[in-house]
Amino acid sequence: MYAFELHKAESLAKAAALLAQTGGKALAGGQSLVAAMKLRLAVPGALVDLSAVPELKGIRKEGDAVVIGAMTRHAEVAASDVVKAAIPALSALAEGIGDRQVRNMGTLGGSLANNDPAADYPAAALGLGATINTNKRKIGADEFFKGMYETALADGEIITSVSFPVPKKAAYAKFPQPASRFALVGVFVAQTAAGVRVAVTGAASAVHRSQAMEQALAKSFTADAAKAVKIEAKGLNSDLHGSAAYRAHLVSVLAARAVAASG
Amino acid sequence: MGATEQGVIGQSVRRKEDVRFLTGAGQYTDDVTFAHQTCGYFLRSPHAHARIRSIDTAKAKAAPGVVAIFTGADLTGVNGLPCGWLITGTDGKPMNEPPHPVLAQGKVRYVGDQVALVIAETAHQARDAAELIDVDYEVLPAVVNCVDALKSGAPQIHDQAPGNKCYTWALGDKAAVDAAFAKAAHVTKLDIVNNRLIPNAIEPRAAVASYNRADDSYTLYVASQNPHVERLLMTAFVLGLPETKVRVIAPDVGGGFGSKIYLYGEETAMVWASKKVNRPIKWAADRSEAFLSDAHGRDHVTHAELALDKDGKFLAMRVHTTANMGAYLSTFASCIPTILYATLLAGQYTTPAIFCEVTASFTNTAPVDAYRGAGRPEATFVVERLAHQAAVDTGIAQDEIRRRNFIRKFPYATPVALTYDTGNYDATLDEANKMADVAGFPARKAEAAKRGKLRGIGYATYIEACGLAPSNVAGALGARAGLFECGQVRVNPTGGVTIFTGSHSHGQGHETTFAQIVASKLGIDIANVEVVHGDTGRVAFGMGTYGSRSLAVGGTAIVKALDKIVAKGKKIAAHLLEAAESDIEFKDGKFTVAGTDRSKAFAEVSLAAYVPHNYPLDKLEPGLDETAFYDPTNFTYPAGTHICEVEIDPETGVVKVVNFSACDDFGNIINPMIVAGQVHGGLTQGIGQALLESCVYDADSGQLLTGSYMDYAMPRADDVPSFNVSTKVTPCTHNPLGAKGCGEAGAIGAPAAMMNAVHDALLAVGVKGIDMPASPHRVWQAIQSARA
Repeated sequence: MYAFELHKAESLAKAAALLAQTGGKALAGGQSLVAAMKLRLAVPGALVDLSAVPELKGIRKEGDAVVIGAMTRHAEVAASDVVKAAIPALSALAEGIGDRQVRNMGTLGGSLANNDPAADYPAAALGLGATINTNKRKIGADEFFKGMYETALADGEIITSVSFPVPKKAAYAKFPQPASRFALVGVFVAQTAAGVRVAVTGAASAVHRSQAMEQALAKSFTADAAKAVKIEAKGLNSDLHGSAAYRAHLVSVLAARAVAASG
Repeated sequence: MGATEQGVIGQSVRRKEDVRFLTGAGQYTDDVTFAHQTCGYFLRSPHAHARIRSIDTAKAKAAPGVVAIFTGADLTGVNGLPCGWLITGTDGKPMNEPPHPVLAQGKVRYVGDQVALVIAETAHQARDAAELIDVDYEVLPAVVNCVDALKSGAPQIHDQAPGNKCYTWALGDKAAVDAAFAKAAHVTKLDIVNNRLIPNAIEPRAAVASYNRADDSYTLYVASQNPHVERLLMTAFVLGLPETKVRVIAPDVGGGFGSKIYLYGEETAMVWASKKVNRPIKWAADRSEAFLSDAHGRDHVTHAELALDKDGKFLAMRVHTTANMGAYLSTFASCIPTILYATLLAGQYTTPAIFCEVTASFTNTAPVDAYRGAGRPEATFVVERLAHQAAVDTGIAQDEIRRRNFIRKFPYATPVALTYDTGNYDATLDEANKMADVAGFPARKAEAAKRGKLRGIGYATYIEACGLAPSNVAGALGARAGLFECGQVRVNPTGGVTIFTGSHSHGQGHETTFAQIVASKLGIDIANVEVVHGDTGRVAFGMGTYGSRSLAVGGTAIVKALDKIVAKGKKIAAHLLEAAESDIEFKDGKFTVAGTDRSKAFAEVSLAAYVPHNYPLDKLEPGLDETAFYDPTNFTYPAGTHICEVEIDPETGVVKVVNFSACDDFGNIINPMIVAGQVHGGLTQGIGQALLESCVYDADSGQLLTGSYMDYAMPRADDVPSFNVSTKVTPCTHNPLGAKGCGEAGAIGAPAAMMNAVHDALLAVGVKGIDMPASPHRVWQAIQSARA
């Protein structure tokens, strides 16, 4: 780790001002950023710590959606009665992120802003058709995730909360990469008011929706229907832990398991 | 003070050392801090193979906090690191032993090879300055696979090793083997890769070196398994210093698994540099450095054949192995795939003829050396995979084919140079069969099949050779070190006992096990026994801990010293009791005149030895402090049966270990709880090798692809089942404890049992062979290929 400045913001406005002033990076839970800094792979000159910003906290039901503050820790989402009652798939997903230490520090906003290609939360946000609220605007999940570690966020833009529409049914199935236990493939399926949505993480350079799977499940929301879908391997990741063909196969298997688990 | 329940041999006494470990009071090398201490950082090669055209340290030397920077060119008068075992090849010539520089000299040969030592006021300053060192590399082609390295046209790594060959070595009667194969009713053949592993002790390597100009002496704190060997090799072979001027201390050490046996360049450079800067230097590897630069393990490519008669009797075995040495010869690298491998190929079986040829090659990878089991897991994997496949080929049951070939008469001289002193292989097999409920397996398999899952069961009836010995025989085979151990028993005036052992504990629980031996032998409370180890300044000598030798060799040295204490105590007691020495008995902590109630307590005798007022000073020296060196007459031969049951999800390729039963024979056991813990740890590492762990270098660039826990899969608690372990006892016949050793057995038997279970499960879907680790991806691919 190189030397850097650490600023602690007490309000959203102050956080935005500090980011503009320092040209630094926002520090949420730090579970990816700080690790990368320790390896000298990320070299920010300044960090703006968001942990004391009151506008970024809280979990509440708002109409047909659950709204979760960006600085809400994974463990809080996992334990939230509000989330468990409205979107149990989301609390289960949060319970399965990383390990206990990561869940006690990592945040929803941090995970979405980082958009790691194997992260879990992007699959939930995309699968549920969430809206990402920032200090400047509202961004639909379909527009938010741009590519590997890329999002629609502008420099200095801060996620404030995420609004997850309550689905009719939803579930997330993850196949862990044996070493990191990030998703080698993770599939989030949801029956929403806007139709069936299927988001896939881990398999490609970034989280994405699987049209083939959505079409099949729109016709028949069953495990068998999911399993019958042949996913195209081309364009999927291939590495030490799984070929593109294996990942393509796992998308169908996990989609089927998620459908079965969605109740 | 009488004997207590707590001290008796065979009791599961709670580990004395755990209080400090569990309360954070352990004192590890990185906890050692001196005034005026500096911090060291090693600049490492980013290339697998490159010529160093030049190194410019000017900018780095001017960086804030920098005290000094040293490169290979500065180390004049410093020799290379020695290899402790000279292998003589089949051509009668000594192995090729290219220089192993402390800091790179002219060339780098693997990613992580140390190029410069930067010393600064803080660790961050040292690391920052290292980034300012300008090394002009001429990048050369690299080779990482041990077979590829031997092909013509492969990049040449050392001038002193043409064709990248270290040696070709062989053991056994080739003519007898060929003759047996010619008349065999059946031949089973296998191609086997024993996957390369990275040790991953919880405490990365660390060192603190300091120089004292008052007496021109050095002190090195280092995370080591054998401080005396470290000192001997460093002083005599590399730095040319007298041993009297160097003290090596290995304080609490957080695991070694072999990787901390060796003399490494880092601490050697630091000792040398500590005089140059005249300040203490601390270095602690981070995890990334550990991945790159710790000596790795395994990495064999083998073709093996087993000849059988029509009844399933093994007639002969033929094995050819290529072993990866890495870029340089680590301290004991050369003996692992030879002396500790080929000699184990008889296993538990009467195979009358065995021939094994081993070619060792250099590659552009980290050095490879002993890792938990060291040669014996590789040998067991060959033997037990062959036994499994032979059973499949001949239709004989897995346990039956083993029974038909068991050795039952002891001592038994194998065709590969060892003589087993004792064992009862039927006993451990029978017990393991019961523990694993093998009889109920068909029903479990059928039930799993209904759920779409594939169940398999696999055996490993392994043999191990521990306590490498005797020294003269090992010397004739090329060992450049002794293989004895030293134990000293110092009885203090009021009867408390301090043990000084040359063995080193880095997780094994010696402070408890050795104290139990002393408490039992002297009839004193275990609380009155302290065990000192890991310090050349306090312990007379020691060969350290490796190869499951500590109890069988180190423990025996303590017993021999205790015998001397008791013998001297009898003389003192005879004087005090005014009786003949021959009439004195020592029992339950008391010296008694036989047939009378006249006795002296142990503490009364020790007090007399140190306050010799009423004492035979004309015949006997005061004091009660004895040392013994013990050189075993033979290896010990732990053995056992491991049975693994797996369930495979063919949809994802996930292998779940549903049951693992191990019945081991470690000879007599001092502390069953500690033994069970050692077995659990070994089995977990074995499952790690079989299912998860694999060190992978990129074939073209030579970059380490599995350089962190993001890509190198270590076993976690939920990867292993609740182990089912038990023991049977045939005492070792040639040491007074009757002990054999238990540290490595788990890692030796488990991979073969695991992979035999995986093969058994996959037989149903037509899979013929699969290499370790049987990762989900690999298992799924194997199933797809078999179905295609």
